[in-house]
Amino acid sequence: MIKRLLTVWHARNLEFVRDRGTLIFTLLLPLMLIVGMSFVFGGPERPLFKVGVLTDQIDKTAHPFLHERYVDFVPIAGEADGLHKITHQQIDLLVDLPGAGDPRYWVNTDSPKGYIVEKLLLAAAPSAKREPVTGAATRYIDWLFPGILGMNLMFSCLFGVGYVVLRYRKNGFLKRLHATPLTAFEFLSAQVLSRLCLILFVTVALYIGMGSIIHFHSAGNLLLLFAVAVVAALSMIALGLTIASRFASEELVGGLLNLLTWPMMLLSGIWFSLEGSPRWVQWVANIFPLTHLLQASRAIMLDGAGAVAIAPDLIYLSITAVAFLIFGAWSFRWRIE
Amino acid sequence: MSAPLLEVCNLVKHYASVTAVNDVSFSVPEGICFGLLGPNGAGKTTTIEIMEGILTPTSGQVRYRGEPLGQRFREEAGILFQKTALQDFLTVRQCLSMFRGLYDRGLDVEETIQLCALEKLAERDNRKLSGGQLQRLLLAIALINDPAMIFLDEPTTGLDPQARRNFWDLIQSIKARRKTIILTTHYMEEAELLCDEIAIMDNGKIIAQGTPRNLLNQHFAQVLLELPRQEFPDSARRLPLTVIEGGDRIEITTDDLDATLRILMDAHVPLRNLRIRPPNLEDLFLELTGKALRA
Repeated sequence: MIKRLLTVWHARNLEFVRDRGTLIFTLLLPLMLIVGMSFVFGGPERPLFKVGVLTDQIDKTAHPFLHERYVDFVPIAGEADGLHKITHQQIDLLVDLPGAGDPRYWVNTDSPKGYIVEKLLLAAAPSAKREPVTGAATRYIDWLFPGILGMNLMFSCLFGVGYVVLRYRKNGFLKRLHATPLTAFEFLSAQVLSRLCLILFVTVALYIGMGSIIHFHSAGNLLLLFAVAVVAALSMIALGLTIASRFASEELVGGLLNLLTWPMMLLSGIWFSLEGSPRWVQWVANIFPLTHLLQASRAIMLDGAGAVAIAPDLIYLSITAVAFLIFGAWSFRWRIE
Repeated sequence: MSAPLLEVCNLVKHYASVTAVNDVSFSVPEGICFGLLGPNGAGKTTTIEIMEGILTPTSGQVRYRGEPLGQRFREEAGILFQKTALQDFLTVRQCLSMFRGLYDRGLDVEETIQLCALEKLAERDNRKLSGGQLQRLLLAIALINDPAMIFLDEPTTGLDPQARRNFWDLIQSIKARRKTIILTTHYMEEAELLCDEIAIMDNGKIIAQGTPRNLLNQHFAQVLLELPRQEFPDSARRLPLTVIEGGDRIEITTDDLDATLRILMDAHVPLRNLRIRPPNLEDLFLELTGKALRA
């Protein structure tokens, strides 16, 4: 079984590596994207203050400060989460506005915007208690970097496997393989492993190459980051297989893959944080494997998070990988009669 | 005759409202070339794909060495489909190595390359092969596991006459190795040259089966006279002759050539375009179905 699996794996690798156009496109697309995005978003920050409020839901009548214009108030459920954000300058001020008693606020003394928005707060609540924190801002390019890597991984996994299996089915190659002792499990495993090896190689190459261009250094453990990439890639490759497992129409498979990738691209937090977005958007985003990949990888790369901190994302990705693989193998058809 | 290597028992295959294969049964002894003939849509490809284990029959069974098709069959069968694409960017040698890796036992890749005269093409990308060269590669792939039984589904369709003849030579050399071959074809010349036994299919059924010589002897007299239709007057149809309608020609079969010629001359049928030849499988098909074989 292993011999047959390795045989198909090797042949698929040769096919991919020799397809120069696809290989170059796979490497260049994310590079072009990150250069373009850093150009577009690398200028002055948006002229909007972002203030975190320790509450489940913003009630504008709770305090006069909440009526300030040009300030985006976002609810933050826990103090620890709020402190993390103010330390990394993801928000400009963190306030606790209790119904009774004086408000408390945290301000990052390294943040110019924090300095200004603090004045606005003190004008509305002169007796507010000050809690100073320090911490450098996360560059947008650093925040975007995991998103670009994740997006490239998503496209490569979904389209790379989905369209390859569809092409094999349409041109009769799957039918020819079906006439050999190769089992569906061996064939699918070879496809998964081949794509996994290739995408991991490309992702590591991009991480090193792009990381050196933008001078990025991960704050966390690289092996843990690699493990997250492996599980996330498995989950999305298996998702691609489930889509291509029994269809023979390019239009249908293309449509289904687009139906998956576009919402993931828009809602998984590649470009912007979903902080402050409607609850239903966050609920939908949490279904996508890409969201969990980005949450985990940003936590490791930007905050130096350990295995325990990212365990929920890792578990979710593992469960979806196994579920999609089982469903894909169960629904796989060598040919459509 | 040796015991059947493959048995087809009461095979039926329905597609929605169409019955592609309708209660087909036959057996293939070891070491022969068995031809499955019929026009497009006769059900021969569906039948052969069920025999190959690619399609599931609606009912009926195929048995290999007395057992239902299984892992042993997949290890010991070689298949050349009507249309197969291979993986892009792989050379001829790499394609063969890839398929060799899927079997526990088989021929050496280099030996297969020699067997199918692919030496000069071994390092060429499979997408850059001509039609005849690609068919030779697909045949080599079908032979890579040193199969006991080889399925060839219309292997020379689309090839030029030279490539077709080269391919026939290859099949002859495989026959010489005592391999069992199951062949479907449109070409009667191919069937007559290669097949030891044939089954003719039409509308999903086997309508005749046996050796080509026996079938011809059963259905035809010894010689066949061919005349252009426009030179065969309507009045001649009342003559005591066995006449077969054949498109733009009229065919007359007879055991007594002299007597038949005398009848035609007495009836003043013009004989300047008369052709006399032995009957062939195409005539047999016409006789059995009333259709031209390549219709």
